[in-house]
Amino acid sequence: MFKYLKQLTSLVAMVAVLFTFTTETMAAKKSKTLKNTQKKGFVRCGVSQGLPGFSNADAAGNWTGVDVDVCRAVAAAVLGDANKVKFTPLSAKERFTALTSGEIDILSRNTTWTLSRDADIGLTFVGVNFYDGQGFMVRKSSGITSTSQFKNGISACTNIGTTTELNMRDFFNSRGISYEPVAFEKADEVVAAYDAGRCDTYTTDKSGLAAQRTKMKNPDEHIVLPETISKEPLGPVVRQGDSVWEDIVRWSLNTMIEAEEYGITSANADSMKTSDNPQIKRLVGAEGEMGAAFGLDNEWNLRIIKQVGNYGESYKRNIADTGILPDRGPNELWTKGGILYVPPSR
Amino acid sequence: MNFKLKDIGPQLITVLAVVLIFGFFTYNAQVNMENRGIDFGYGFLSQESSFDVQFSLIEYDGSHSYFRAYLVGLLNTILVSVIGIILATILGVIVGIARLSPNYLINKFAAFYVEFFRNIPLLLQIFFWYFAALRALPLPQDAEAMFGISFLTIKGLFVPAFIWENFNIFFYSIVAAIIAIIVIRINAKKLQETQGKQTPVLLISIGLLLILPLLSFLIGGVRLSFEVPVLKQLATTSFIYEGGVSLPPELIALALSLSLYTATFIAECVRAGIQGVGKGQKEAAASIGLTPNQVLKLVIMPQALRIIIPPTTNQYLNLTKNSSLAAAIAYPDLVLVFAGTALMQTGKAIEIVSITMFTYLTLSISISILMNWYNKKIAIQEK
Repeated sequence: MFKYLKQLTSLVAMVAVLFTFTTETMAAKKSKTLKNTQKKGFVRCGVSQGLPGFSNADAAGNWTGVDVDVCRAVAAAVLGDANKVKFTPLSAKERFTALTSGEIDILSRNTTWTLSRDADIGLTFVGVNFYDGQGFMVRKSSGITSTSQFKNGISACTNIGTTTELNMRDFFNSRGISYEPVAFEKADEVVAAYDAGRCDTYTTDKSGLAAQRTKMKNPDEHIVLPETISKEPLGPVVRQGDSVWEDIVRWSLNTMIEAEEYGITSANADSMKTSDNPQIKRLVGAEGEMGAAFGLDNEWNLRIIKQVGNYGESYKRNIADTGILPDRGPNELWTKGGILYVPPSR
Repeated sequence: MNFKLKDIGPQLITVLAVVLIFGFFTYNAQVNMENRGIDFGYGFLSQESSFDVQFSLIEYDGSHSYFRAYLVGLLNTILVSVIGIILATILGVIVGIARLSPNYLINKFAAFYVEFFRNIPLLLQIFFWYFAALRALPLPQDAEAMFGISFLTIKGLFVPAFIWENFNIFFYSIVAAIIAIIVIRINAKKLQETQGKQTPVLLISIGLLLILPLLSFLIGGVRLSFEVPVLKQLATTSFIYEGGVSLPPELIALALSLSLYTATFIAECVRAGIQGVGKGQKEAAASIGLTPNQVLKLVIMPQALRIIIPPTTNQYLNLTKNSSLAAAIAYPDLVLVFAGTALMQTGKAIEIVSITMFTYLTLSISISILMNWYNKKIAIQEK
């Protein structure tokens, strides 16, 4: 017993020293997730298994997309480096369990904000980074140009475990059309089956349709019908019960959107520090104590803008320039005819 | 009663350890769920499911409860397992016997089949059959009719539906035939044991099975007609068959890949069983004047079955559990419908996964009990 006493004492001493020298802010003490993230040195982020424009990995394993950028923004804010993110690709079915079980700390995976998800299953939605709606894709050769031409017996391919399945039922039921739902676990199989001719139509969020269309054997043979049958506000999700972490993710997203509103870009962010506008100065950490409440330094938002860019830059880079949805539609700023409107950082 | 602590001590400690570990996990799950604001409970089973399922053996749509959705998934799992087990057994027995054939070509062909199909992961085979079939099968409007009434297309196999009149009379006639056959068999056995007379049981059985249902048509007023599937146009280039019965390609691909895969293992069980019966048995049987058919039926097979049944039971269990790979190709089995969609819509992960696990456990144990009963029945009766 006494043999190990010496080792034991030194171990206790070491632990004590560690505790004394670990300087923790109040917020970090309150937020277990923030503390763990800073200790690990990376943000654990759940993304899709490959949806161009939102979260997609290239051959070298680099993730890009507007959903990916939300996680990168958080990493820039809390760790100082937008690349310190560990991405976990998740199926629609796995995503919430991965988040609630603590496998990941942010779920940024084109996830629709609904009442039951927000209230029931231990999740908190922090905002909307893409306003979407469910639509239908059909083969051009079918001659269908509107959902009003759908007839009894139509077969529809989709994913399981999504709001899509529920909206599809509401849609066909309200029109009294009988249909055959063919639901796969992974998006790649849905696309392959639809492309092979198994289904007459493929239904999911319109952004998803536009992105998946690029994966088809011959994208020009397919069209997305004009009708939108549901509201699908997509946004990042965190676990319930860590309000500081929730705030960090929410305001990282808000910062990107507000930066666009005030014309702050990754290129001009540094020079904006000397701006005359106090709101701009607050957004680049030159005025006020905007990070203290989160347990972060004052330049957390400047780092987001410099390393990830504002929302407009992210959209252009990932969705517009890749030809997925060149038109921003509702995802334009409220000042320019869209519905992107976030509370002010002050 | 002379229990000693040193005898029961280890057992007690083991039981205690198991209980403690189980208790810890339960407690841990409880605390964590509470911390994350997740409720625990099975009340959701009676709520409206509000999602539809592609293929169901019982009446179901989104207005039914989650419990009903569970039943739909369970029945679909049982359906594909039963089809798979029957096909795998037939194919397995044929290939197993073929591997013992003195014919070089048959023998090597069977060996090649076994080695090829059992050494490729099942999931890949499922994908192969599904997507290969999807690519190869014609669109509904291009499909050639099989026997003029059935259509195999990319959207499934469409066959005529039976429309019965007075189906119950037909059903009773079959039940009556089966009861009569059982009675005749028992009598035939008695006759053989007491007087040594042999009765052509097989011929009489087949005759009964044909004549009684035929009588039900002639004098019982049973009528049978067919509803042949008819092509219907949905849009310029999209068609579907209406009327009749449709089997989705997902079911066909899954049943096909499950049985092709499992049949290889059953074939090996059959080969092992037959080779496990001593050569002397065959020679002895032949020497007392039994015909080759009788040697196989009365001497070799009863002994071979004792070796074949236990490992084949394992294969039946594997097939049933492997059917959960259905989720990959959209066949609405228990995992896809209940542990997939229902889990996502309710978020009740622990409840649903535990129900699903318990269901598979019950299914597997049922198959086990049935096969063990059969195994006991054919085992050596020690008198």
